[in-house]
Amino acid sequence: MSEKVVRIVDEGLLPLIKPPDPEDLRAANRQRDKGLVDKRMSEDEAIARFVADGMYIGFELYGSVRCPMSLVRALIRSGKTHFDLAGQGVHEADLLLAAGIIERIDCTYIGQEVYGVSAPLRRAVESGQVKQVVEWSNGAITWRFKAAAMGLPFIPTYSMLGSDTLKYSSAVAIEDPFTKRPICLLPALTLDVGFIHVNRADKFGNCQVDGISGFALEMARASKKLIVSTEEIVDSEVIRAKPHLTVIPWYNVDAVVHAPFGSWPGEMSGMYERDEEHYRMFIDASQKAESTDAYMKEWVRDLPDHQALLEKIGRERLDAIVIGKGA
Amino acid sequence: MSMAYSPKELLICLGARLVEDHTMAFIGTGIPMLAASLAQKIYAPNLVPVFEFGGVGAVLEKLPLAVGDMRTFNKALQASSICDIMETAQRGFIEYGFIGGAQIDMYGNLNTTVIGDHAKPKVRMPGSGGANDIGSSIWRTIAIMPHDTRRFVEKIDFLTTPGFLSGPGAREAAGLPAGTGPYRVVTSLATLGYDEATCRMKLLALNPGVTVEQVRQNTGFELLIADTLEENHPPTDEELRVLREDVDPDKLYR
Repeated sequence: MSEKVVRIVDEGLLPLIKPPDPEDLRAANRQRDKGLVDKRMSEDEAIARFVADGMYIGFELYGSVRCPMSLVRALIRSGKTHFDLAGQGVHEADLLLAAGIIERIDCTYIGQEVYGVSAPLRRAVESGQVKQVVEWSNGAITWRFKAAAMGLPFIPTYSMLGSDTLKYSSAVAIEDPFTKRPICLLPALTLDVGFIHVNRADKFGNCQVDGISGFALEMARASKKLIVSTEEIVDSEVIRAKPHLTVIPWYNVDAVVHAPFGSWPGEMSGMYERDEEHYRMFIDASQKAESTDAYMKEWVRDLPDHQALLEKIGRERLDAIVIGKGA
Repeated sequence: MSMAYSPKELLICLGARLVEDHTMAFIGTGIPMLAASLAQKIYAPNLVPVFEFGGVGAVLEKLPLAVGDMRTFNKALQASSICDIMETAQRGFIEYGFIGGAQIDMYGNLNTTVIGDHAKPKVRMPGSGGANDIGSSIWRTIAIMPHDTRRFVEKIDFLTTPGFLSGPGAREAAGLPAGTGPYRVVTSLATLGYDEATCRMKLLALNPGVTVEQVRQNTGFELLIADTLEENHPPTDEELRVLREDVDPDKLYR
């Protein structure tokens, strides 16, 4: 019996919210329907079918950019709660936090970029409403998805070494048996349900994204169930004409939701700019709990569905952000 | 008589002057975006701005509002993904990284996570984002931030992004790639670098009208002072004109 052991040189102090379980993902994937079946459904139906209280969820890309905001609003309206969140978030994270339905966060960045820190995040974390925040870097959280997408339990990186970001994570640094140098191991992160917004998809769930793909490839493949919303539903011939543009294949997709302006008030590459006026209005409203609640009521809870939201925004205002029309 | 300028405009100009042409620079959100845009228009037309969600080599005609928005890949050479960018950094392609921070210590370690205790923070900030990845893998990291004793502190509340950690040899001991680390700090008062032997922050150049004493008073730790201090010249009329008319005409950052 060999006495050789791999030495742990540093260790995150916080427990893993979602321990890696590649066998579980393999088993789930084995059961998924590989047939070319029509997966079109509404936001509400997708959430009713695939989302349950207490699940671990994640969104891509992020709040102001190609984000499945119609699904975020439908999720909040559904009343489902106690979620754990993979947090690379802006507007979507603010809404989920303001709704009070997030329990724990694997956090890399939740903020408002040019507009500064997120007031909903501050209130939710500083009050203890969010029970636990585990730290990661942006690279790290994406590589965690990548590890899961590879079907493996972990992936190594230099990121986080020597930092409190590692100390307040659930990562482990070991002495690499090959180079004999310390290396950080990131545990694979599998989502119970992932939510991704794309430019176009066919009814089976073959998805194309214009512009940067963010972490869509990795997160899609790290999701046990994946709900895709899309600006356009196209005929499969459109997909087959340029199959090299398919970033997420149908077998990884469980629901296809048609959501024009689905990223609003965020932007959609090549289609529309972000609605800066509304965005700023939200930032102002989000500074205080009362005005945030009023915003949530008016723009989320009191609207039955995405169509009602688009009618409330109005054609004129939407045209103003469409590239080639107003923008 | 040159034009009047704001402290933020000076920061942006100082940042822009540090950008080297024909290099790849990882651009964080906020002031670094303005500095990169200004640099591309005046000093470094062949700069390749790299944004973490996949934009590589954009022409920064309109100012990005987000590190993943479509302006980060406007007329770009490549629109890829966050894994591709972070892995490109990890295998040594990216020379400069520009980031901000709420707190910095004498070894250039940065905090963007919490003020107070992690479990029960006084202020919860956004977290690392790409900053930790930049500070870990980029050859030379440049921090851009206002200069006062709340930000330049003896002990940061949380070490989000590694500078020189606890001093000489600490990065290597932690496993971070050799030859990487903090390079400059551009502030509202001065330009600072790091002493080679001790890895401690060192005053290199003063901003217009600023004294060494003023920098000391606004720094919460003992600062090394270079033998010969340079003086940063104020924003030129050209810098201010390009900044106001071309970089940020909508005054999003002012």
